This record gives sequence, C-alpha cells and structure tokens, in this order.
Amino acid sequence: MRFEGTENYVATADLKVAVNAAITLERPLLIKGEPGTGKTVLAIEVARALGAPLIEWHIKSTTKAAQGLYEYDAVMRLRDSQLGDPRSSDIAHYIKRGKLWDSFEAPVRPVLLIDEIDKADIEFPNDLLQELDRMEFYVYELDRTVKAARRPIVLITSNNEKELPDAFLRRCFFHYIRFPDEATMQQIIEVHFPGVKQRLVNEALQVFFELRQVPGLKKKPSTSELLDWLKLLLADDIDPAALRRDPSKMIPTLHGALLKNEQDVQLIERLAFLQRREQRGG
Amino acid sequence: MFQRFFAELRAARIPVSLKEYLLLIESMDRAVIDARVEDFYYLARASLVKDERHIDRFDRVFGQVFKGLDGVTAATVELPAEWLRNVAARYLTDEEKAQIEALGGWDRLMETLRERLREQRGRHEGGTKWIGSGGTSPFGNQGYNPEGVRIGQPKGGQGRAVKVWDQREYRNLDDSVELGTRNIKIALRRLRKFARTGAPDEFDLGGTIDQTARHGYLDIQMRPERRNTIKVLLFLDIGGSMDGHIRLCEEMFSAARSEFKHLDHFYFHNCLYEYVWKDNHRRHADRTSTAEVLRKYPRDYKVVIVGDAAMSPYEITQPGGSIEHMNDEPGAIWLKRIADNYEHLVWLNPTPRPQWAHSPSCGLIRDIVGPQRMFELTLGGLDGAMRELSARARGNAPLLPPLPAPLD
Repeated sequence: MRFEGTENYVATADLKVAVNAAITLERPLLIKGEPGTGKTVLAIEVARALGAPLIEWHIKSTTKAAQGLYEYDAVMRLRDSQLGDPRSSDIAHYIKRGKLWDSFEAPVRPVLLIDEIDKADIEFPNDLLQELDRMEFYVYELDRTVKAARRPIVLITSNNEKELPDAFLRRCFFHYIRFPDEATMQQIIEVHFPGVKQRLVNEALQVFFELRQVPGLKKKPSTSELLDWLKLLLADDIDPAALRRDPSKMIPTLHGALLKNEQDVQLIERLAFLQRREQRGG
Repeated sequence: MFQRFFAELRAARIPVSLKEYLLLIESMDRAVIDARVEDFYYLARASLVKDERHIDRFDRVFGQVFKGLDGVTAATVELPAEWLRNVAARYLTDEEKAQIEALGGWDRLMETLRERLREQRGRHEGGTKWIGSGGTSPFGNQGYNPEGVRIGQPKGGQGRAVKVWDQREYRNLDDSVELGTRNIKIALRRLRKFARTGAPDEFDLGGTIDQTARHGYLDIQMRPERRNTIKVLLFLDIGGSMDGHIRLCEEMFSAARSEFKHLDHFYFHNCLYEYVWKDNHRRHADRTSTAEVLRKYPRDYKVVIVGDAAMSPYEITQPGGSIEHMNDEPGAIWLKRIADNYEHLVWLNPTPRPQWAHSPSCGLIRDIVGPQRMFELTLGGLDGAMRELSARARGNAPLLPPLPAPLD
C-alpha cells in the first residue's frame, strides 16, 4: 500500500513520505497546518487512493475519548425495563459502538480520521494513548476485549488550539502542511479546474498572493478560499483584463470569497482609499 | 546508526526520545523510503519532530550532521532609520550632527552600520570604529550616554533601554513544565467558582430520588456537570529584563493553563500599549489591538498581569516611549484603561518586594493599577493575589447583590 497523491490532490514529496511511513509502520499521522490547506481532504484522498473505507470522527469541545470506543445507554435501559421491554435483559442492545470500535472491526483496513483533535478537552489525547498504541480496548459491560484485526490507518488533524501531550506525540508521525508556493498552487488549480484560462489564473494568483501580503489581515485567504474564488470567477466568466490591478480599484472582484471578515474588507478599502489619495496628491 | 544525529538533536534541545529514534530506525528497516537524501530528511523530520516550531532547529542540525555545514548565521537585521534620527535629534550636539553629515548623511550612516554589522565578528569593547559597548562609535550600547541605542546586549544592565533593535525571537512560554507547578496549582485553586452550565449529562441521584418519590414512578433526573466558571485573562511580559524570570513564569503559565478552563493569554513587552500578541514567533505579523481585547473580553474576566515593571519611566509616561515602536499614546493610558475596565485585576511581579522601592517605573505602575494590587510572584504573593481576585467587587458597580444580613 503506497500513497502517491491522486488526480484530485497534489501531494508534495515530504507529505508522501510521511503518509507512507504512517501506513507501513501502522502508526498514527498527526497533520497540522494553516486552516484551509487541505488537512481533512488529505484523509479523504488517502482513503480513495488506497480504496479503503473512510471512518470520520469529528471532535467537538464536548467530545469525550470514551465516546470513540463505545457508549452504554443506562438511562434507556432503565426506561425500557420500567416499560417491561424484553430487550432490556440483554445489555448488548444498549452498547453503542464508537468510531474506533467501527474502525477496529471493519472488514477491510480502513482509514480513520480523527478531525480537529485540539478542539477537545486537554485530557482527550491522553485518554486515547493505549487504544491507539495497542489498537485494542476492553468493554466492561460485555466483558470482552475489542482488538483490531488489521490496524487502521489513523490520520489526526490539529489546528494548534491546544498543545498536545508529549506522550501522545511520541507515538505519531508528524507533518506540517506548509502553505503551497506559487508553482504548487498552479498545480492544485490545474487539478481542480483543468484547462482553466491560464491568463485568468495568473492574474488571480497575483492578486491572491498580494492580498496575503497585506499586513494585519485577521484571516489570510488560504487555498480553499482561492479555489472558491476561482470557481466564482469562472462561473461569472470574468475577463482577465478586469482583474488586472487597476490602482483605483484595489478591492478584487467578488472579494466575498476571499475575505471572510468585515474588518478585513474595511482594512482593504481603507488601504485602497489611501493609495488613491496618494496618487492624486503626487 | 545515527547516534551522533540523535545526540546533536538533543543538544539543540529538540525533545526527541528513544521511542522516536527507534521508530526512525524501524522505518529505515522496513524500507518506507528509497535511498535518497531528501526522502531520508522527510522521514526523519516526520518521525522525530512533533512541533512545527522545532522544524527550523531540526533543519540546522540536519544540515550540520549530514553535510558538515557551518551553523547558519543569524539573519541580517533591518535598521529603521527614523529611530536613529529621532534619538539623534534629541541627544546629539550640533558638532556631532555635523560629523554625521560629513560621514555622508543618515542613509550613508545606516549603510555603514549595516556593513559593520556584517563584517564584525565576536565581541568588541571600547574603540571608535566597531559596534560594541563602552565606545564612542555611534553604534553600540553601555556607552557614555545611558540612553544610547542598544544593539543586542544579552544582559540588560538595569533592565532598561530606550530602543531595542534586535528582532529577537523571544521564546514562547512553554506550559509543559510540570515539575514544581503543583504548589502553584494549589494556590491558583483558591480562584474557583463552580456552576452547572451546559448540557445535562450527569446523573442527579438526589433529584431522581426526590422526583421519583413525588411522582410514584421512576423519574430520571439529569443535570449539567459542575465546572469552574472563572474566566482568566493573562498578560505576560516577555523578553528583556524578564529573561531572568522565565523559568518561574513558565511554571506559573503551565499551572494556570491546566487549572482554568477559560484562560486566554497575551504577551507584551515591558508595558502595555495599543497592541498585544499571542505568539512570539509571529509577534510582528500577528497582533491583536488592546482596544479589541477590551471589547472582546467582558468585564467579569479576572485579569492577571505578569511583569517585572522594570523599564525606563519614559516607557510608561511618554508617547513614543516604547522601546520597540512608535506609540501614539503613552503606556500609562493603556494600563489605566485596562485597570478601569476590569474590576478584578492583579499584577504579579517576579522581583522581590524589597526591590520595588528602587525602581521608579514600579512605583508608577503601582500608582496606576492600585498599590494593593501588585503582588510578588511567590506562593505567598500568589495566594494573596487570588484572594484579591476572588474578593467581592468593590466600588460603585457590585457584580453580585450583597448577602442578606443573618437573623439574630
């Protein structure tokens, strides 16, 4: 099993090495990077390239580690027994499998995505140490151990909102997805919009990278925003000449796709205003 | 196999463990990669480095070990010309100004400085040409003029400087220090206010018994988990004279991080001005305006400022007094705004209390935040600070209604 990127996803050489190391050595791969650089998409594409099923576990601030294993719904059982439901005599009816259990007992080796692990409580990664290391856990209610027949490929993404514990990091491979340079960006666009008018792309990329240079933006536009913007530009069939930086119009066309924060839009507008005034003065 | 590499990584203080080293060896053994240097580099990086902040250091070690390269020298510094001009306008005599003109004017001077910074190797003291300390060259520190321009002085004499040029990458405070934080945690524990909020996901035994007895059938009651609802905003002074206290601050930060669920932190340098920042590596790119902090965090936040309050008094009282940028409003105004906005505020000072009297800036800050609100950063001081923070709101706007008087 080797991952070489797909027709939909441009993987850099270092990313390929990291993914393949994780696949071969059956260790989790921790992915960090700016929001919108394709961390979650990577898992989808790895699953597709390997022909493996994808099991996604999205973490929220209220998610507990035990929910990934299983949940025992005691309240439901108590209610059922009050109503005399015969099912209440078998505890197995009230055990709900979690995503980890699903991935351990999947018929083919799956890809397990633990998305945004930093959203959860600080203790969350620690609670999963043994389970991810040995790929097994014990179910008290059923008195049996669930063990992975084939160790799933585990991809974990993090947005760096919380530090992860050292003991957890020791067990993972790590990759930081850097923001793609212009050449890689061209490739990515080519993959998503094949045959897109080259001139339009050049103009758009220039505007995009200049926009990223503007100091003080709350949220710099990233790859996913660029792709959305291009989609809009293509749909509207914008003439590349209209994109070319007319100094009196610094705000790019259809900027709503690129700038997600009204303060950022104001900032750009202010800059444009200053520039115009300077030109008139000089 | 790569023992030297491993040892060098540890020497560069990248936290690699034996487990990771074995993982790398195993990966090599299982032929994850082809025998190419780049692939080996990627693999080593993926298995040994677990934090993007260490990648830079890792790259340097890798280069040294596998190519025999010299350590990468520090990046060249950009020198903002208008600072020099401002300083000169205030302190140089006409004669000296004329000399500067003779050297070819300011731009030429900056060019010379840049060149000398490049040429110069090693430490230098005295003399009239090289940049160093104690000389009469226009560049350097600890010279005859106590308010001279400081260029990279590792230990601040009195912890004061008028301008620091070095774009130093201040260390981010590391909150993983566990050792010795237990005592601090216990002191912080004083600051607690439990409340049940959020989704009801805890079984309420008392309530269930009560409701079941009332209704005559089993009526399960759930309630939300009990959580500490104290919200804390932490401002940390970083760099300069705080370097000596970094260990203590790390411990404090680490303990606070794990103790409070709602904790947000910002860094500042010496005095609070119009912006603060969250990440020291990106402090010049990614900063938050202090006004926004005031807007974003409601008044019921408890504010803890950690700093030694040692700076030149200008940095507090004068517009443009900041050692790092041109500030339009003096630090005192910003401090006052914060102190006025947040009723619960303490200033923790890592220098011992007896020394406070010798530092005029410390007195100024105590006047602004309130003399009873500055505490020593010791266990005792911390305890007092937490008492101050949890004390009932004083002044005109009590946050909680007063308790009814006990009946006789």
